[in-house]
Amino acid sequence: MRHILVVTLLVILVAALVFWGLSALGLLPQQAATQAEPIDWLFNLEFMVISFLFALIIVPLIYSLVVFRRKPGETGDGTYVEGNTRLEIGWTVIPLIIVLIFAYLGAENLGRVRQPDLQAMQVQVTGYQWGWQFKYPEYGIRSQELYLPLDKQILFKMESTDVIHSFWVPEFRVKQDLVPGRVTEVRVTPSKIGRYTLMCSELCGTQHAYMNAPVVVVTQAEFDAWVAQRQAEAAAAAASGPDAARGEEKYLTYCKACHSIDGSKGVGPTWRGLLGKQVVLTDGTTFIADEAYILRSIKEPASQVVAGYPPMAFNAEAVGLTDADLADIVEFIKTLK
Amino acid sequence: MKKILSTGLMRGLFFQILGTLAGAGFVTLVRFGMGLKFWGWDKTTYGFTEPAWVFGGLIGVLSFLYGTRVLDDWLKWAAGKETHEEHHDPPGWIRFFGPSLDHKVIGIQYTVTSLILLSVGGLFALIFRAELAASGLQFLNPDLYNTLMSLHGIVMIVSILLGIAGVMNYLVPMMIGAADMTFPRLNAFSFWIAVPAAVLLLSSLALGGFDTGWTGYPPLSARAPLGMQMFFLGVFVAGWSSILGALNLLATVLRLRAKGMTAFRMPIFVWAAVATSIISLTATQLIGLSFQLVMFQRLFGMGFFDPAKGGNPIIFQHLFWFYSHPAVYVFVLPGLGIISELLPVFARKPLFGYKWVAMSSLGIALVGFLVWAHHMFTSGMNEYLRVPFMYSTLLVAVPTGVKFFSWVATLWGGKIETPTPMMFILAGLVVFLLGGLSGPPNATVSTDLHLHDTYFIVGHFHDTMFGGYVFPFFAAIYYWFPKATGKKLNEKLGHWHFWLMTSGMLVLTLWMMRVGLLGMRRRIADYDPALGFDPSHLIMTIAAFAIALSVLIFFVNVYLSLRKGDAATGNVWNSRSPEWQVPSPMPAHNYEKEFRVVGEPYDYGLPGSTYVQFED
Repeated sequence: MRHILVVTLLVILVAALVFWGLSALGLLPQQAATQAEPIDWLFNLEFMVISFLFALIIVPLIYSLVVFRRKPGETGDGTYVEGNTRLEIGWTVIPLIIVLIFAYLGAENLGRVRQPDLQAMQVQVTGYQWGWQFKYPEYGIRSQELYLPLDKQILFKMESTDVIHSFWVPEFRVKQDLVPGRVTEVRVTPSKIGRYTLMCSELCGTQHAYMNAPVVVVTQAEFDAWVAQRQAEAAAAAASGPDAARGEEKYLTYCKACHSIDGSKGVGPTWRGLLGKQVVLTDGTTFIADEAYILRSIKEPASQVVAGYPPMAFNAEAVGLTDADLADIVEFIKTLK
Repeated sequence: MKKILSTGLMRGLFFQILGTLAGAGFVTLVRFGMGLKFWGWDKTTYGFTEPAWVFGGLIGVLSFLYGTRVLDDWLKWAAGKETHEEHHDPPGWIRFFGPSLDHKVIGIQYTVTSLILLSVGGLFALIFRAELAASGLQFLNPDLYNTLMSLHGIVMIVSILLGIAGVMNYLVPMMIGAADMTFPRLNAFSFWIAVPAAVLLLSSLALGGFDTGWTGYPPLSARAPLGMQMFFLGVFVAGWSSILGALNLLATVLRLRAKGMTAFRMPIFVWAAVATSIISLTATQLIGLSFQLVMFQRLFGMGFFDPAKGGNPIIFQHLFWFYSHPAVYVFVLPGLGIISELLPVFARKPLFGYKWVAMSSLGIALVGFLVWAHHMFTSGMNEYLRVPFMYSTLLVAVPTGVKFFSWVATLWGGKIETPTPMMFILAGLVVFLLGGLSGPPNATVSTDLHLHDTYFIVGHFHDTMFGGYVFPFFAAIYYWFPKATGKKLNEKLGHWHFWLMTSGMLVLTLWMMRVGLLGMRRRIADYDPALGFDPSHLIMTIAAFAIALSVLIFFVNVYLSLRKGDAATGNVWNSRSPEWQVPSPMPAHNYEKEFRVVGEPYDYGLPGSTYVQFED
């Protein structure tokens, strides 16, 4: 009985110490979305139960190793106990109840995380190898940075143009895969002003580690100003005609992963001196590359595959490149002699 | 030298190379005849084209089997010829390099192959762990990182499958009093087919690698380099080994037990082996199938998982995890069985609640079939599926808890001894506890939304694999080494192995979980220095090297102990189990006299009782 009493006290002490230690360590990143609140609440509850269960096993284990250790010179076996059906039923039924409670709490918690707001602002997210594109259909703008207004629920509608990617901002907690061929959704209500990083968290090939995008949470007024600025920029770009400098920016974002501009061979052919170069397609057709050919190659890459390269499925429309953007890119290619 | 070159292994490898070239050459000729592309150098064409390599790889496997002569008896029977009922192995170490029908030889073949693959997989990990020691890319490029990381995963998995097959093959017939497995030729076949599978897996390194991780999710795997196909084919072939080995083991346990060995008088490890084999026999097909479908998508343009052709990438994940989740119980159940088997011996007390422990293995195996979609909480599958899978996943905690409580109760009031095998058992128990306790946050959906695909998961499953497999596996080697060799492994080196591996493992996995919670994604070649994870990664890398050093010490120990270890031919651990009642090492066909089971297996402390009685 003395053993049981000591172990019980030690279990309580160790459980409290472990939980205190875990809490003091600061286990989670800061919260920057209201969805993080219920999630962190559940985390905390689980850390508490984990601390207790850890102590419940470890304390009697170590206690046994110390107290019931074979002393030097001692012979013979331990106490003959085959088992105890009541104990076994106890440690089957009690965990079962705890588990069911946790499953219930987990479901309820998930409901809170997913709570929809009918007034949510929609942002369309496109993931591609290897980058992110954000469209704001209500404002007719797009961006490489994810600007979000504070305290407003955002409904992300997400698509992938190639392989599976995953949307994750650690400070928002929630995570959702982007799957080719379908639209997936996730809701986030930013609750803290600041700069964060969106990271692709599903292995998506060579540059997966670098598939990040900046996330900026600002006040509604700042957000409105940003929207107005983006709209003005877009209008100016449309009015001014093709521009090689803007084309180069787009090249760096969308094209660089596969097409070099220094003549080296990549996933796709190099762009250096492309205009006016002789092109040989897989079906043997040979001609001189002109602007129309380049445009068609970007829009329908499968229609004319260059010999020696695999057919690729780059989808300019899906990643948000407009005709004006493509004109910029062609303008940029013209400069690559 | 000539002796080595004429072994089954060498003949097999030679035939595999010839077979691969012949198969690839055949396809190349056909393609040439049809006017298709038949030669070149790019991502999917390494000289031979992709279809040529895949067909060649398959023919290579069949040629390997033919070359080792493991098919000889079957081929003779098919041709209506007689064969010898018994095969006699050549004396000495050479018998391990050719097909043997002795379950003990096959068990050692499996175990040694497993240790080789463990070293190879560990080496891959050390390479990319060194790369991760600091942010930025030091000496790997992202593609090579991805390939090494992916190969580390699958090579370790195959190593574990072969390791448990080795331990089960060696122990189960002995423990139940059988002369051998029910189907000795099938047993040899199951081992030998795993060898060309391992060769195929490693060949992917030379054929462009692959960048998908061992999970091989399409569409990424549908556009990965040629190495992907060698990976798919390798896993497909290794699956045969698992399925057939499990079938053989179940038949052996069902049919060949000694007189008086009722179900609840079997050694507890046999229960674990049965539970594991039920999973292997019935679930492995699904990973083979899912990989085969992607192979066919690549080879024949069948759009199973291609949305543009009406396919669905998420179906792949269901098929894949339908095996690959239960598979983790395949990996850990035998290890947990070893813990249950050895604790009573070293606590000198009966296993607490034998029937409950036995049933908990079956419970884990069966519940394990119903939890696969918890790997897919963020995948975009139907959202309503997440809650039922959360319930089923959390249920796994119940039978697992029964094991832990029973183990602690077994130790309570014992007279505990702690030689090296017991130390590994205790470390396994503690590390598996950490793996188990870090499970529920992944099971509850909303917390998993944060944890999925982070280092937390990596830490969690390395704890379950080390606690549930690696530590018990080494415990088993320390414990049964005298049985197999008549020599005892050195205790002092064993202690060095133990302390380095245990401390390294705890530091490594706890730190993995820590950075994972803070936002470290898994499977990335590089990380943003702004996250502040550099010091953590340096510590993890040092810990990983400590683990590698401990394994090196183990190999030194095996070498030295084999050469000049203390002779140990008797009942070294004072066990009640039948294999320890006869001198070590055991002859072919095991027991010279049959035994009858006359008591409970673990009645330590009950005066005058024995488990088995040998017939006169």
